[in-house]
Amino acid sequence: MKILGRKYLLLNILLIICLFLIGGCKPEHRFVKKTAFKDTNKIVIEFAGPVDETWAKNRSNYTACEKPDPDIRLKIIDVSLSADKKKATLVFADDLNKNQPHVVTATKISSEGKSLGTAILNVKKFYLGYLFSILIGAMIINNFVFTKYLGLCVFFGVSQKKSTAVGMGITFTLVIVASAMMSWFIYQFVLQPYRLDFLQIVVFIGLVSLSVQAVDTILRKVNPLLFKAFGVYLVLVIANCIIIAVPLILADNEYNAWESLMLSLGAGLGFLIALFLMSSVRERLELANVPPTYRGLPIAFVLAGLFALSFLGFSGMSIF
Amino acid sequence: MPATTKTNFQLVSNGILNDNPIFRLALSMCPAVGISTTVMNGIMLGIAVLFVQVFSSCTIALIKDHIHPRIRIPTYTLTIATWVTVIDLVLAAYMPAAYKEMGIFVKLIVAFAIITMRLEVFACKNSVPASFWDGIGMGLGFMAGMVAIGFVRELLGMGTILGYDVLGFRPLLFFVLPAAGFFCVGIMMAMFNYMELVYNRKKKG
Repeated sequence: MKILGRKYLLLNILLIICLFLIGGCKPEHRFVKKTAFKDTNKIVIEFAGPVDETWAKNRSNYTACEKPDPDIRLKIIDVSLSADKKKATLVFADDLNKNQPHVVTATKISSEGKSLGTAILNVKKFYLGYLFSILIGAMIINNFVFTKYLGLCVFFGVSQKKSTAVGMGITFTLVIVASAMMSWFIYQFVLQPYRLDFLQIVVFIGLVSLSVQAVDTILRKVNPLLFKAFGVYLVLVIANCIIIAVPLILADNEYNAWESLMLSLGAGLGFLIALFLMSSVRERLELANVPPTYRGLPIAFVLAGLFALSFLGFSGMSIF
Repeated sequence: MPATTKTNFQLVSNGILNDNPIFRLALSMCPAVGISTTVMNGIMLGIAVLFVQVFSSCTIALIKDHIHPRIRIPTYTLTIATWVTVIDLVLAAYMPAAYKEMGIFVKLIVAFAIITMRLEVFACKNSVPASFWDGIGMGLGFMAGMVAIGFVRELLGMGTILGYDVLGFRPLLFFVLPAAGFFCVGIMMAMFNYMELVYNRKKKG
């Protein structure tokens, strides 16, 4: 029973999160095990069982496109099937842009004479570098504060002192990761299967308030010292649009579990960076001689504009 | 704050001038910076906010006696979320082009501090008609702020107003850049402050 004790609570929670992350990376159809890019112009689809050769070899059973432009069909010139009939390789006429996720539709998969329905498959480059680029992208290149202009109310509210800025940033990062993962889970396993997508705003905002309340309660019991330091910021977290924007973006882009984790972490850390930069400058500003009409918010806005301009320099940058 | 004694006209003008959500209360700044590149965007989002504000104010004013004080904030949030969903679906169905332009901001109306704040400060203590007019005032105030910023940015950035070519050339392309939203809002706030300063000085004589 010792493993269920309080000491191991955190470990158990982490374990559960890991399990659920691994579970979250499955492809979308029960008969498809894996999809992956191969060479420069091939996509490999691995099936759970042998498929019929006549079906698999027919090019018209597959359509493929890049996710952002579903209208542009990519031309498939050949399909080959492996000896055990479990692996189909689609060969494309042109080289694929592997930085974009691709959508492959396999119509009416047929295995041993039975039809198994149509599969819509997302093919993505899956390696750590890709996840890392999502993280850096959300953190710096597409910083939510300076390039997407979200969360400004809280941003201007708490960036007066460095200590409060850091406290707010850390609290916010913790809460956003927790709530984004929860919303991802609910969206993928409840809202989407039951076609309740239209409820996403109501559900997400409810989840966010819930997770803020949960963090509040847990922190109060587990670590009162930490609660004393960060408790005040918890109320503000909910007034931040980023915390509701991230689940909406996750739902729109249909990210998988790891990508969602990286995006939410990047959003939180990006907010922390923005707050820290801004508060450092605003602390200096206290000593400066600012014209009376600009004192307070107006000069903060002009400052944020300068930051935004410099962050514009990152735009279009891609890592790996 | 006890129930208001102001007339309907005062309630509306209060929202547009004294308590202007963008320039005076400095709430809901995200859209003011993010998508105020054209006048049309400002009008569209303004209409959306106006509807959400009016409907949720009225809803809360209707059911205010039945809300337990301890759960009032979640109730407000859910009410707003419901109305935002309605507006979101209506816009997506009937104005797909404008909806695409505004992107995620329509859904983010749910997190606008101004709406929750009006419910907390005004609608939960006043009658339905008063809340209705207050909602109209706040919505119009927000729209006025958005249109003002959009006007400056569209005129200076592209030389057009509502898509019509006014100047015939592009004076400062810089203003189309999203980062210019910050400068624009900052400078306009400073102008508001300056006007207030001058007004007060005149009053003193």
